[in-house]
Amino acid sequence: MFAIIVAALIKLVILLAFAISLAAVLTWMERRQSAMMQDRIGPERANLLPPRPGQVLGRLRLFGLVHPIADALKLAAKEDFVPPKAHRVLYAIAPILTLVPVLLVFAVIPFGPPVCMGALGAKAPDLAQCTRVELLQVAHLDIGLLFVFAIASLSAYGAALAGWASNSSYGLLGGMRATAQMFSYEITMGMTVMGAFLVYGTLEPMAIVQKQATFSQWGIVLQPLGFILFFVAAIAETKRAPFDLPEGESEILGFFVEYSGARFMMFYLGEFVEIVFAGCMITTIFLGGWQLPGLMADGLHWFGTVFSMPHWLVVLVQMATFMAKVFLCCFLQLAIRWSVPRMRYDQLMKLGWKGLLPASILNVVITAGVVLWSQAQVLPR
Amino acid sequence: MAKVVSIKRGLWEQLYLPELVRGVGITLKHFFVNTFGSKEIVTVRYPEEKREYPPRFRGVHRLMKREDGSVRCVACMMCSTICPAQCIYIVAGERGDGTAIEKVPVSFDIDELICVVCGMCVEACPCDAIRMDTGRHYPPVDRRDQAFMQKEDLLAAGGPNVAVQGGAGPDWRESYRPLGSDRQIYDREGKLAKQIKGS
Repeated sequence: MFAIIVAALIKLVILLAFAISLAAVLTWMERRQSAMMQDRIGPERANLLPPRPGQVLGRLRLFGLVHPIADALKLAAKEDFVPPKAHRVLYAIAPILTLVPVLLVFAVIPFGPPVCMGALGAKAPDLAQCTRVELLQVAHLDIGLLFVFAIASLSAYGAALAGWASNSSYGLLGGMRATAQMFSYEITMGMTVMGAFLVYGTLEPMAIVQKQATFSQWGIVLQPLGFILFFVAAIAETKRAPFDLPEGESEILGFFVEYSGARFMMFYLGEFVEIVFAGCMITTIFLGGWQLPGLMADGLHWFGTVFSMPHWLVVLVQMATFMAKVFLCCFLQLAIRWSVPRMRYDQLMKLGWKGLLPASILNVVITAGVVLWSQAQVLPR
Repeated sequence: MAKVVSIKRGLWEQLYLPELVRGVGITLKHFFVNTFGSKEIVTVRYPEEKREYPPRFRGVHRLMKREDGSVRCVACMMCSTICPAQCIYIVAGERGDGTAIEKVPVSFDIDELICVVCGMCVEACPCDAIRMDTGRHYPPVDRRDQAFMQKEDLLAAGGPNVAVQGGAGPDWRESYRPLGSDRQIYDREGKLAKQIKGS
């Protein structure tokens, strides 16, 4: 019992350290990458050591990676302002309600293969023979992805409550928009994932990843339409451009207008953790999770030769593969965010209800037909 | 008349997705070129890198000097008169060294925060005493009174100016020799006082 808790805690720490530090890096990447895309430099001035005499720039700037730390310190030092007529309890709960569900859903994300604890040094140990198999996944839930949808929906309450409780009409409008948008696109997301359920026959993320062993079995190959729909819906769920209607500097400011300091930081960090989570979901369902094409349990099978590896190295490489894929997804989301002009609100609703939703239903119907047909081929009459 | 330009969008453009991919492709091309390739970044990192100003850039004022190091300004008040912002304050005084130049500014203050950097003072100056060719901005200040540049500050940036000023002096009638022609000099009563041979 104790060992299980310790193992779960270790896995939790690894995953959350990855997710939160990637989210912090993304706050820097968002600015630096957008700058590079627009022929600018971006933030690179924050430094850990003072400048040498006679120089302007400080030392240890790390390409600007110090900026997230500086931002966090600055936001933490800001005044924690509560609007005088705000609902104090809900005002305090709202940022927690946006951040905590996003962190919770990481529990079902498999970030590595099943590990045979007794035979780390062995080559390709048989998992069936292992006395203790540790899944690199915090919670092995059979309802996996349903859990994700159930919990992730809660963050809509965070946005709605933040807008309502701060007693500001701008905040309220932003909250309403956020709620409507998240509900609209969650349906598309659910419908899209349905196609993947039909193909892989399971809701459990670890099992889904294990069924994507070769590249031709990846979700992006079997469900190309589903991948595109899911990607679009995931960007809409993170409430970022081109779907950043809940916040708009020129019109309604957003559901967290009245928030400042550490509470605002929770919204801000929550947004970037959502990006990381969207990347994790896309990676798990459509990009083969921790699977690297050609990497088998006994080593790399590339270019006709076999680079043999011990079990622990295979596990590490597969974990790194997962993280690299998530990073790539985040990079792509940021690239889209800085390339595409934002939509109008009616265009957003039109795209959601008249474009993506029918397309996702079509995707489910076609996938179901193909799956039924292929099963009919296999099963005896 | 406004001209109406209608863009024809086919099905390919209206699908949105291919055009989106094209757009992301363009921005990503810039990203990779700027990150790994030949950097085409237009940003100037200001305190370390400075963009060169054009030669006629109007910067902070300066007052020019004579060959003996004294101020060229003769306190004629032309600059303070023409100044549209009225930011030049001159107190004139007696120079009193017997030369043709009689006036000198006792104090010469410019309020650089009020100055609109139009350059009219430079245009108006008959003595080429005030210039704006330092190539520097006025530096930011902490207090209002620091924004005043006084005569000493203005002179500190000033250099010598070789143009002859004040003509030939009070006895110019004696020394004036136009080239190649004789010249008669009359006294105040109108009688011929002197005959000067042209050189």
